[in-house]
Amino acid sequence: MNALRRHGFLSAIATFALGATAWAGFAPIKPPPREALFEIPRGTWARRMSGSKIEILPAEIRLTLGLRDILVLRNLDEVPQIFGPTLMMPGQSLRLPFAVASSYTFACTAHLSGQMTIVVDPWPASPWARIRWRANELLTAKT
Amino acid sequence: MHSALRLPLLLLFTAAVSATDETALKAGVFSPPRQAPDFSLSGSNGSELKLTSYRGKVVVLAFGFTSCPDVCPITLATLAQARKKLGAEGSELQVVYITVDPERDDAERMRTYLASFDPTFIGGTGTAERLDAVRKEYGIVATRHPFHTSYLYAHSSFTYLIDREGKLRALMPYGHSADDYVHDLRILMAKQS
Repeated sequence: MNALRRHGFLSAIATFALGATAWAGFAPIKPPPREALFEIPRGTWARRMSGSKIEILPAEIRLTLGLRDILVLRNLDEVPQIFGPTLMMPGQSLRLPFAVASSYTFACTAHLSGQMTIVVDPWPASPWARIRWRANELLTAKT
Repeated sequence: MHSALRLPLLLLFTAAVSATDETALKAGVFSPPRQAPDFSLSGSNGSELKLTSYRGKVVVLAFGFTSCPDVCPITLATLAQARKKLGAEGSELQVVYITVDPERDDAERMRTYLASFDPTFIGGTGTAERLDAVRKEYGIVATRHPFHTSYLYAHSSFTYLIDREGKLRALMPYGHSADDYVHDLRILMAKQS
């Protein structure tokens, strides 16, 4: 009797897991906002000058073609900053759409390492790519 | 139409059109656009090269070096193709290519190199200090690396799009097609100064 109940329970879990995987792989993706916004907060330069080792941006930004493929960089600091690929004045923003899946490395004074990498992944066409994309979205939302 | 309504409607229309333009560009758009810093360099045509000399034209500003094995030839070939595709409007475009390698790139070498893509392209060279200053103003990175018995530069690969008023409007990442350039340049050209 106990074995039967355990068997039923495991079957239910397996069915649920299979169903969830099938959904993640085949259900159409509801597009998230296409813009990924990153800002250099006001006072960053002053805090750096006073010796604080603050890291305000991730060293790697991941984008996905057709889903979230527009990078928006905004310099809210009081001084010009090399942000991503270019020099940005205080209060200025850059809206940069990506059309080619690739890895882009830029110099960036907003990073302690002085470098920023933007990885643009292709549109998740296959079921496996959709599962990975959804898992990544879940992980990103939690961090 | 009631005359009191005309001005607000006109302002609304202008705002809507400029908002559409900004997001319609294939390149990265600066908001607000800043004035492109001027410079004084030796032009590949034998004259002084100043950005302000091209006020009234749309300028594509690129940085590189004539010994560049990949990025520069592709970018310049794309720009030459874009200029051809623009047809008569191509005369309203000026490509300015500034070297990051003053040791090898003198005015004559740049003239010969650029003419192989498009004879209207203008190159800029100068002392290392002067070129450093220009790169700093534009946030351009160029680092020298040894290569066999010589050297190469790793340099920023994007180009800047500067409008007729000399405003730094957009940044086109490396790899975009001639059609993308034509698309954006037509939008910038449509704005009369």
